[in-house]
Amino acid sequence: MSGAVEARPVVAAPRTDIAPTAARQARARRHKIGRALLHVAAVALALWVLFPIYLITITAFSPRDVVYDYPKRVIPNQFSAETMDFFVNSTGVLGALWNSVVVAVTTLVLSTLIGAPAGYALARFAFRGRDAYRLMVLSTRAFPIVILSIPLAVSFIDWGIYDTVWSVALMHTALAMPFTILITSSIFLGVPKDLEEAALTLGCTPLTAFVRVVLPLALPGLAAASIFTFVLSWNEVFAAVILTLRERTLPALVLSALNESPAPFRFAAAWFMMAPSLVIIFVIRRYLLGLWGRVSR
Amino acid sequence: MNRQRFGWAPYALLLPSLAYLAVFFAAPMVQAFGLAFQDDGGNWSLASWRAMFTDAQFREALVTTLILIVIIIPVQFALALAMALVLNAKPRWPGLWLYLYAIPLGVSELAAGILWFAVFTQQGWLNSILEGLGLLDRPFIFLDYENQGWLILTIVLAEAWRATSIIMIILVAGLQGIPRDYVEAADVFGATFGQKVRRVILPLLRPSIQVALILRTILAFQAFAVVIALAGQGMTVLSAEAYRWYSDYRDPHVAAAYAGFILLLSVFSTVLFLWLLPVRQEQAT
Repeated sequence: MSGAVEARPVVAAPRTDIAPTAARQARARRHKIGRALLHVAAVALALWVLFPIYLITITAFSPRDVVYDYPKRVIPNQFSAETMDFFVNSTGVLGALWNSVVVAVTTLVLSTLIGAPAGYALARFAFRGRDAYRLMVLSTRAFPIVILSIPLAVSFIDWGIYDTVWSVALMHTALAMPFTILITSSIFLGVPKDLEEAALTLGCTPLTAFVRVVLPLALPGLAAASIFTFVLSWNEVFAAVILTLRERTLPALVLSALNESPAPFRFAAAWFMMAPSLVIIFVIRRYLLGLWGRVSR
Repeated sequence: MNRQRFGWAPYALLLPSLAYLAVFFAAPMVQAFGLAFQDDGGNWSLASWRAMFTDAQFREALVTTLILIVIIIPVQFALALAMALVLNAKPRWPGLWLYLYAIPLGVSELAAGILWFAVFTQQGWLNSILEGLGLLDRPFIFLDYENQGWLILTIVLAEAWRATSIIMIILVAGLQGIPRDYVEAADVFGATFGQKVRRVILPLLRPSIQVALILRTILAFQAFAVVIALAGQGMTVLSAEAYRWYSDYRDPHVAAAYAGFILLLSVFSTVLFLWLLPVRQEQAT
């Protein structure tokens, strides 16, 4: 007992009052070196992420014959939209791009419309079966996409919607829904309950209290979550390539044509699929920790 | 108050999602096992499983999948921990670094695979740069199916580049939950940086590490576009075999057996991590 009480002042004392100037200077110097090293590490890790992105970007915006050049120039001397133009106007690309957008928007709308109410119920009501429901939603994460795609493909053939954008959107909604439910529940938890109850006592119906009070406060978070759902669908390739033959989404088209496609096509495709991420992650950067940090608990 | 006034409301709100997940999640899951354990005539049989286990590609796919996971996950964790510690040390412009480190979070497996293909292909960036530096006389062939070691290394790099972000985000969120006092107390007692990480930070991060491990491992079992993009036909993994059996051989039964096998491995690894890294109740929140 006494040991613990005494230990602290003995070690801590030199830090503040009676430290000789030399020692203090040494500590300040060490602190400065530490900060410098920290920023060197920060820059090095950033370069690890950015350098490959830089390389694919200058490849995608070189003229087509320069894409085949060897050795390549790390600092390019000519820019051109020729390679991107070739990719976008290749057979099927515009159609696949449109399909990807339709699938991702449908997924976003469906999973928000169906998932957000469940998230709200989890956040606001204490009801029997709440924990069981939460656990069920959490446990869906243990099941791989691979196992859903194949039986769904068989069902979609029976239902006559195989090889349509709707079959892919239905599948992506099933993948995104657990995520949407958990995220929206944590977003609604972040809206103070008092405000909603105040609205109710002031004569709002539950619906108007939700629309006029809760929704405006939850909207930024909900928007960030929906954007992430869009990304999830935009990037998904296994289900998309299993569920379609002609109505490909962009990743499904690129994957199925990978072996036959020339290098400029591939590199432009990779840049095209990657580019939205640069913007989207920037837009939702403030919400990232909230979104994934909370879901992981 | 809510409970009395809206006794039915939460159930009404849950119902659509429950119905949706029943039709598009639970039912296919059951059907998958039906497909895997039945033949074309609908009779119960183990033929698909036998076909899978005796498939010439099965062994290679399983071994490659496991090797990739065993190498990729530690590399990703080391990298993610470095990023998380940098962010946690309050550098200048914290938002900028977080954004840059998180960019790959939105990049697909396929795009990342092609991106690294551009680096490693014979007339690609790595050879260009190495030649420019005078380290090579002529292009080295990294992506050669006779050289599985290089193929694995390139896939590991691509996956470490792409999927480290998600672990980083989970670890940063976990680090924010560690009270400053603990680390400061270690400072007072003169702990070195390494001691602080090993003795204070990592043990307190255990719940986040467990979640990230489980999530990443399940996703790693499904990775296949990155393998196809980098190795083409030169290398195969379990989910690529499921895709091949469905699309090329038109046999949903064997494909479902592969998918079921991946599910078993996923569940097994989840249980393994829960058992290896038990999280005490008071830590779990």
